Amino acid sequence: MRYSGLRVLTEGLRGNTGWKPAWRDPDPRPEYDIVIIGGGGHGLATAFYLAQEHKLRNVAVLEKGYLGGGNIGRNTTIVRANYLLDGNSQFYSHSLKLWEKLETTLNYNVMHSQRGIINLFHSDGQRDAYARRGNAMINQGDDAILLDRDGVRRMIPYLDFDQTRFPIYGGLYHPRGGTARHDAVAWGYARGADRRGVDLIQNCEVTGIDIEGGRVTGVQTSRGAIRAKKVGIVVAGRSSQVAAMAGMRLPIESHILQAFVTEGLKPVIDNVITYGMGHFYISQSDKGGLVFGGDLDFYASYAARGNLPMAEHVVEAGMTLMPMIGKARMLRSWGGIMDMSPDGSPIIDRTHIDGLYVNCGWCYGGFKAVPGSGHCFAHLLATDKPHPAAERYRLDRFTTGRGLMDEESTGSQHNLH
Amino acid sequence: MRIDGYGHRISTGAASFTFNGRTIAALEGDTVASALLANDIRLVGRSFKYHRPRGVLTAGSEEPNALIQVGTGDAMLPNIRATMQEVYDGLSTRSQNHIGPLERDLLSLNDLVWPFLGAGFYYKTFMWPRPFWERVYEPMIRRAAGLGRMTRKASPHESERAFAFCDVLVIGGGPAGLMAALTAAENGAEVILADEHPHPGGRLLGEDETIDGAPAAQFASSITARLKATGKVRVMTRTTVTGVYDDLNFGAVERVGSHHAPQPALPQECFWRIRAKQAVLAGGALERPIAFPMNDRPGIVLASAIRSYLHGFGVVPGDKVTLFTANDDAHRTALDLMAAGVEVAAVIDPRHDAKAQGDYRLIAGGEVIDSKGRQALEQITVRHNGKTEDIATDCLGLSGGWNPSVHLTCHLGARPVWDADRHMFLPAPDAVPGLIPAGAAAGHMDTAACLASGVDAAAGALAAIGMQAARPSLPEANEDAGDSAPIWSVKGKGRAWLDFANDVTTKDVRQSAVEGYRSVEHMKRYTTQGMAPDQGKSSNIAALAILADATGRGIPETGTTTYRPPFTPVALGTLAAGAQGKGFAPERKTTSHAAVTARGAPMIEAGLWYRPSYMPLPGETHWRESCDREVAMVRNAVGVVDVSTLGKIEIFGPDAAAFLDFVYTNMFSTLKVGRVRYGLMLREDGHVMDDGTTARLGEHHFMMTTTTAAAGQVMTHLEFVSQALRRDLDVRFISATEQWAQFSVAGPKARDLLNGILDTPIDDETFPFMACGPVGVHGVQGRLFRISFSGEHAYEVAVPARYGDALYRDLVARAEAMEGGAYGMEALNVLRLEKGFITHAEIHGRVTAFDIGMQRMLSQKKDFIGKAAATRPGLLEPDRERLVGIKPVAAGDALLAGAHLFNEGADPVRVNDQGYITSVGYSPTLGHGIGLGFLKSGPERIGEKVMMVDHLRDVRVLCEVCDPVFFDPEGGRVRG
Amino acid sequence: MLIPCPLCGPRDIREFTYRGHAAYLDRPATEDWSEAWNDYLHLRENPAGPTRDLWFHGQGCGAWLEVARDTVTHKVTSARLVAEEEA
Repeated sequence: MRYSGLRVLTEGLRGNTGWKPAWRDPDPRPEYDIVIIGGGGHGLATAFYLAQEHKLRNVAVLEKGYLGGGNIGRNTTIVRANYLLDGNSQFYSHSLKLWEKLETTLNYNVMHSQRGIINLFHSDGQRDAYARRGNAMINQGDDAILLDRDGVRRMIPYLDFDQTRFPIYGGLYHPRGGTARHDAVAWGYARGADRRGVDLIQNCEVTGIDIEGGRVTGVQTSRGAIRAKKVGIVVAGRSSQVAAMAGMRLPIESHILQAFVTEGLKPVIDNVITYGMGHFYISQSDKGGLVFGGDLDFYASYAARGNLPMAEHVVEAGMTLMPMIGKARMLRSWGGIMDMSPDGSPIIDRTHIDGLYVNCGWCYGGFKAVPGSGHCFAHLLATDKPHPAAERYRLDRFTTGRGLMDEESTGSQHNLH
Repeated sequence: MRIDGYGHRISTGAASFTFNGRTIAALEGDTVASALLANDIRLVGRSFKYHRPRGVLTAGSEEPNALIQVGTGDAMLPNIRATMQEVYDGLSTRSQNHIGPLERDLLSLNDLVWPFLGAGFYYKTFMWPRPFWERVYEPMIRRAAGLGRMTRKASPHESERAFAFCDVLVIGGGPAGLMAALTAAENGAEVILADEHPHPGGRLLGEDETIDGAPAAQFASSITARLKATGKVRVMTRTTVTGVYDDLNFGAVERVGSHHAPQPALPQECFWRIRAKQAVLAGGALERPIAFPMNDRPGIVLASAIRSYLHGFGVVPGDKVTLFTANDDAHRTALDLMAAGVEVAAVIDPRHDAKAQGDYRLIAGGEVIDSKGRQALEQITVRHNGKTEDIATDCLGLSGGWNPSVHLTCHLGARPVWDADRHMFLPAPDAVPGLIPAGAAAGHMDTAACLASGVDAAAGALAAIGMQAARPSLPEANEDAGDSAPIWSVKGKGRAWLDFANDVTTKDVRQSAVEGYRSVEHMKRYTTQGMAPDQGKSSNIAALAILADATGRGIPETGTTTYRPPFTPVALGTLAAGAQGKGFAPERKTTSHAAVTARGAPMIEAGLWYRPSYMPLPGETHWRESCDREVAMVRNAVGVVDVSTLGKIEIFGPDAAAFLDFVYTNMFSTLKVGRVRYGLMLREDGHVMDDGTTARLGEHHFMMTTTTAAAGQVMTHLEFVSQALRRDLDVRFISATEQWAQFSVAGPKARDLLNGILDTPIDDETFPFMACGPVGVHGVQGRLFRISFSGEHAYEVAVPARYGDALYRDLVARAEAMEGGAYGMEALNVLRLEKGFITHAEIHGRVTAFDIGMQRMLSQKKDFIGKAAATRPGLLEPDRERLVGIKPVAAGDALLAGAHLFNEGADPVRVNDQGYITSVGYSPTLGHGIGLGFLKSGPERIGEKVMMVDHLRDVRVLCEVCDPVFFDPEGGRVRG
Repeated sequence: MLIPCPLCGPRDIREFTYRGHAAYLDRPATEDWSEAWNDYLHLRENPAGPTRDLWFHGQGCGAWLEVARDTVTHKVTSARLVAEEEA
């Protein structure tokens, strides 16, 4: 069923009784060419591009809960391509280009809104670092504008320019950055994959990975054994557990990241704004809630919830930056499980086991990567060659020291990001 | 309508406030909702999507409909529950989410096109033409969406934060909470009793019951008095416990000043962080409405809310009341109303065997299937015995049963458990260790059981912390909660609302299931059920029951969505009170702060510290003028700058030298007493962490300096190495950053200046380059280090911090007498750049010793932190970006930090990127711009030309790659 | 969350900074890069359940602690000073 304004109109006139399921609810078949473990954003996008670009349709996505139930269902919805380092730069640029045609690709309105992102800086040193980043963005072919204090003031007059602890020196503006409706991205990919023949199997937990003679042969699941020629692991915060089923240890630690939303308000914040003197980023959803987040809680966790000290700290940063938000009220807080890699950048690679592939390490930045990650992982699964945009996301970079991508410049070892 | 002789919460004092500009007469103790209802104002707001007229549904914080703006101007707050906001003279309130007057909201046009605005409609449209999403559709949606309004300025009113500690936290002051608090306190426990409302009592204030023969409200006040008399209980009213976190840490919001006219001395609210050893959750239960067609009109109120308004405020939300319920409990509403002289037109109960409890018309086996009334309820349609009947009524009380307030028991991830007999979700056993549910929150629906379970819960809490638990005698109370049957929805034509705030109807939930969004989380997210300010407190359970029906699963299999904190929304200005403005982070000031600011120096932030940017003289109009002068002053005479912000760590012990050998890449055990050495420190990942000088003040005593930025990180690192990795070493250390005021005295006349203040003069022999030692400074024990960050003959002199201000002023005065003076960070930066000295602009976290040309400092003779990782092949490849000096080919061209480097003639795109510039300055000494940067194979390319490209600022400058040391490469001056 | 500091008693996590898994205590003795070093720095069990990790009581006594903790429930069972030999 194709979606359009006309369809909404005609179905509305018929009492909305003619809508068809967005996806089937199939039972698993005994064998697939490719099994994707994980029905989150990255897994669903991978399945979609396998079917759409590579015409591989004998594909199943195995999801232990419901589709889109992982971090794609609980994030701050920011989409951007403002990376500094070679490797990340081309990947996120590629991903943003996919975002920019996603509604058309999926025939699903994911509400991608290029309302612009501004990263504020608060010292000459930060300005220089952001200038380097902005120049790298333009080198990559993306957009960036360096604003001075007055430029920021013209764009966002309601920030605290006078009393705040760390004055605003300026900002790096990324006009093509923005937000999207996170759930819709998962649903749009799911629907698109299903329409092209991919089996999306919910409530199907993988309990084992079958390996014979160094080659993957299938998976064991809560709904029975499934044979597969290739298996892709795309399970974010659960990467270590699933990799362990194949006897692997990954360079991943799982951490908690909280995010927050306020009650609905009439529009007050037009862009995405990030603070430079503490982790804080905020935007206003189309529904009117202020959506914001900050830093990891900073302890390994699978609890998908955080504690008060970090919640308070995040809001403190917001209050010093834009004290108007003191009048808004936090409606809900939540937590996601972040698969933190040592250098803060992801991994899309083969493993030492034939036919077993891994896509993980998205840390706290996986949402904007969904189209690119799915696209590049599908390419790798289908062709056995890395996609040029993701060829630096190698698993062995930590042991070779070659091509480390430490965007935060805090170190390429655990717990520094 | 106000009824005389009723109202536990009001007094006779008059208060008046405004609603949409109209003055409303109220009584002290009224909420905005009770006062509006007393004045027969039933239309209070508009719903989110269809902009349907909405009135008060509840009498508590779970209110989905009656959200209002409170206050004016920058103090105006959005989305305040009219049911919780207490009135006071001068209070100004307005309705929200409408265009034009509330009664004639332009956006109510949406309601006419509702068939096209069903669940998820926006995912299926607004896609064509593509540019229209951001230019047309989204701005339109954004303007229509949202609820309340606020200005973009800070509120003039502040809140505060505090910590509290107790043995037992009791959440909720109803019958169970009161007995729990009493039991705990009378056994000697320190108790906090938190209740959302102005007076403890909970449902006791809203029911016509007797306890031990006295009215329930009187019982509540007498127990409250007993609690206070124990001296062990802190009764916190107007306090909502909003979340429970690990190890019984709670968040709570106390409304301190928001219920009366603003008083400067009082905060609006206080955010409490409460740490309890045990806690009792006695938060009661929330009544469920019933989803029948057109069930959303103003005048349709929860049955229990009608009793709350009657008994609490003497207010009835209508003249002719009907009730629709499937439980005996709600029938009490009819009895209470009739006792107050209010007409009860009918009680509709779908149970065929329902029995009237008094003299009212009971329609057993009946259902309400429709309602009418343009802006408020005028009539309902009832179906019974196959017939329909219209009944005129202006107030319909609903009760679909009760949902225990299990929210807090789920905040740590537990899911509530479905109780099929009582058709309610109950707290899972031990859901939050140490948080014991009691009363209605635990599913006890009669007063006697609530009282008893409060005692039981407190006894359990006391036992858990090893305290005796003598039980108070239980008062006599109502033991009969009556019968009940589940009723979620009524079939019929038209929309039946579940989530009143977000306009989610039973049709939406069913459509969601049809479209494949069958998981409860999918349904929630697709329909927005439960995502409004009330978080679906009164609607989520009914919605999942409808979903269970639509998917053919049971309610327990369907499950709930996740309950997340906060229980009720928390103002960000309360949660982070004090952080606005300068309150975000501490301010650290050096001892010279007063002296440099008195000289008009602009201060810049350096981490938490403030440091002077430059020291302007009268007549100087641009920072460069001052900076150039200061640089020349240091090169030609002498300059003084405060360097106290650098981290100073005193290291002691027989193994101190061995310890330094392990944390630095280079050797320190070979350093002689009385000497200083530059040290490079890596992280274990083989990249540079920090650098600085360390002085050996004694055989077993070193003084390490760190950069300002890395002081804390280095200290933590040293502790880790000492405690975790090198326990074999006998070493202790302590941060002494604040203990010493330290000043750099640099320039050819530095020693002359110093010899004016030192008790014993120095010369090159007694104090050569890189010497250090104790000195007397005007008779004060100080320390002197002959080190230089400028390349000049220079010293750093340190005195105890209390002498810092005096010494700085003295040094500057003496320098000025020698044609020198004070200098600031800008000049310091130029001086170090001229010498090619690095700062964190260069050692920014991604560079190795190899990258900065210090590979030789990685000792081959010992192990050290980062050694193994630094040998990874990828970190030693020659074509890495490595440190070089950069200067413009044309002397007049300015360099820009953050610009990238390209080969001459190459297209400035990523694949051609050769490196970048980290630091730049204008060297007055050399007469041209200079910079440091990183260039692929840099040191092998000295003398080559590269193009500096800055797209952002549209600058291209042809540059020459050079050695990072621009000035005095032989280093003669520093020894001079 | 409360960490039972052996020197200070139970203290709020506000007083602590985190370092990661206690594997960081077992620093390889070799000075050359090796698989053991890759293990030490990068590869992790990353357990969902009981774990041991390192916390620094920086706003307290300055002790580094090895904390036994559950990553799913956040329940903290014990803490010891890393400066002392394991019992």
